[in-house]
Amino acid sequence: MPVITYREAIRHALAEELERDAQVVVLGEEVGQFNGAYKVTEGLLAKFGPKRIVDTPISEAGFIGLGVGASMLGVRPVMELMFWSFYSVAFDQILNNAANVRYMSGGLIHCPIVIRGPANGGTNVGATHSHTPENVLANHPGVKVVVPATPADAKGLLKSAIRDNDPVFFLENTILYGDKGEVPAGEHLIPLGLADVKRAGTDLTIVTYGRSVLHSLAAAEILQQEHQISAEVVDLRTIRPLDIDTVLASVAKTHRVLIVEEQKPFASVGSQLAFMIQREGFDDLDAPIHRLTTVDAPAIYSPPVEAEQLPNPRRVLQAALALMA
Amino acid sequence: MLRIRRFEERSLRAYQAKKIGGFLHLYIGQEAVAVGCCSLMGKNDHVITAYRDHGHAIAVGMGLNELMAELYGKITGCSKGKGGSMHYFAPDRNFWGGHGIVGGQIPLGTGLAYALKYQGLPGAVMAFMGDGAVNQGAVHEAYNLAALWQLPVIFVIENNGYSMGTSQVRSSAGDLAKRAEGYDMPWGSCDGHDLYAVRALMDRFLRAAREESKPAIVELRTYRYRGHSVADPDNTYRAKAEVEEYRRTKDPIQVFQQTLVAEGVLNDALIAQLDQAARAEADAAADFAEASPFPTPEDIQKDVYWEADHPAERKSQGRLFFD
Repeated sequence: MPVITYREAIRHALAEELERDAQVVVLGEEVGQFNGAYKVTEGLLAKFGPKRIVDTPISEAGFIGLGVGASMLGVRPVMELMFWSFYSVAFDQILNNAANVRYMSGGLIHCPIVIRGPANGGTNVGATHSHTPENVLANHPGVKVVVPATPADAKGLLKSAIRDNDPVFFLENTILYGDKGEVPAGEHLIPLGLADVKRAGTDLTIVTYGRSVLHSLAAAEILQQEHQISAEVVDLRTIRPLDIDTVLASVAKTHRVLIVEEQKPFASVGSQLAFMIQREGFDDLDAPIHRLTTVDAPAIYSPPVEAEQLPNPRRVLQAALALMA
Repeated sequence: MLRIRRFEERSLRAYQAKKIGGFLHLYIGQEAVAVGCCSLMGKNDHVITAYRDHGHAIAVGMGLNELMAELYGKITGCSKGKGGSMHYFAPDRNFWGGHGIVGGQIPLGTGLAYALKYQGLPGAVMAFMGDGAVNQGAVHEAYNLAALWQLPVIFVIENNGYSMGTSQVRSSAGDLAKRAEGYDMPWGSCDGHDLYAVRALMDRFLRAAREESKPAIVELRTYRYRGHSVADPDNTYRAKAEVEEYRRTKDPIQVFQQTLVAEGVLNDALIAQLDQAARAEADAAADFAEASPFPTPEDIQKDVYWEADHPAERKSQGRLFFD
């Protein structure tokens, strides 16, 4: 199987879907001539031309809204936000229009749009550029939210997202763009809403997604090697729809849960998970659910300190040991 | 125009009888704008507007029954009682809402125009907004995109003089449509009470949009007789005499009626007959709405996800809804 980067995996998904469906268009800031702010769309303009790969002005409310409107008439826009952090200036278009138009029209309209881009901290760009809005997005019925951790998942999930008839918000990670992994060439689809057990274990379940999956896997190795604790790592991959069944099956096996997320703690994705696990898996729990999040403050700039604000293998390890104590 | 007027008068009575919840933004006084513009629509022409949307909905041909039932929150409403007054939709009539956030519909309308151009269809979009919307950032972003990409959209400013309770001079600098010059777009304006004037002006811009994919901004000067919504007591920001003056001299239905009488198309008997028919149709719509059932609690979670409503075609897994 070819080994490619997360960035290339997303590019391949875009190229294959552009090839497959003439209604698919890619729009965003710097996606064409500049070859992508993070080079995700590199080469697509040369291959597909300016009708399909469209550079937009810095005008998120305008171009995201334009994409939503175009999708109502059957175009399937894949919009790039240079950073998901910029969703705040397009909030009305994303969460009033894309999320609600099907409902408010009594089901007469649907909105097959994908909005994708990176949503992460850890690159020392300060609070304005480090938002992780998956909890905010997923709070809106009508939308789907995907956060892939690996190149293979990124490709398979993005292709499914582009074929989906509901608005799908696809949250990538600038730090993962260069990560390599095996990715099937050609058709590779992963259904939205299907979690993946990234590491099997027996003593505790770490429920996580996005880059925190990698931190959790690293911590799980140390737990095994140095503490003889066997951790199972469940990667949600999709936040909404949510595969709670895979989580509960793991909890039934391990009886202990640590949630790891690059989220601020208040009303995070983990808050929802913890509620559902205690509600539906109460009898399987041998300990309170623990959670490791981003330290609750706006993203700090200072590079060495930001690494400590976010989940990292050391912090995950510490949290796991506290749970097992 | 008469059907719109009588429908809204009937809906006001229903609102006062507490049959209708939430907001009710009446279009009374502005009818020539929606009718003039929508009467020019061809097969590939599309309309989107804001929350004062009853006139446009009727002008594109939606039935009074489904519209009144929507106000009553009934399942027989055009949006199954899920949208209400501000959120009428009829995609089968190229009518894309009915949007509640001031100016938020304008990028959507620009996107409809983008889709027309992308798909090579010879149509145009009329994206309506009130004079209160022209200062929203999203509107200016849409102006820029439309001009930059030469999209077939006409931004129609229905200037009724007041953005809620704030008059134009207190909210907007300069001429509203002339802002088009900053975006290198053509613009125009006319008296929005005059159906023929509206049609003549809009026809010119619609042809340019359909045939040459040229966007434009048009200001149609009109006036609303009622408050911003029915909840607005309308006693703080304008004089009663001003409203009366408009009613007396500029009413779009009266003006058009006089024209048609002068042209020999209408006479008193015919006017009475049309009026009677419009009143009867509005009353029948209210009866239909009254007799219709409400949605059930089970309907609350329908029409949220396309996939949930098409279970046989669902590809995703996991839970879509939470409790």
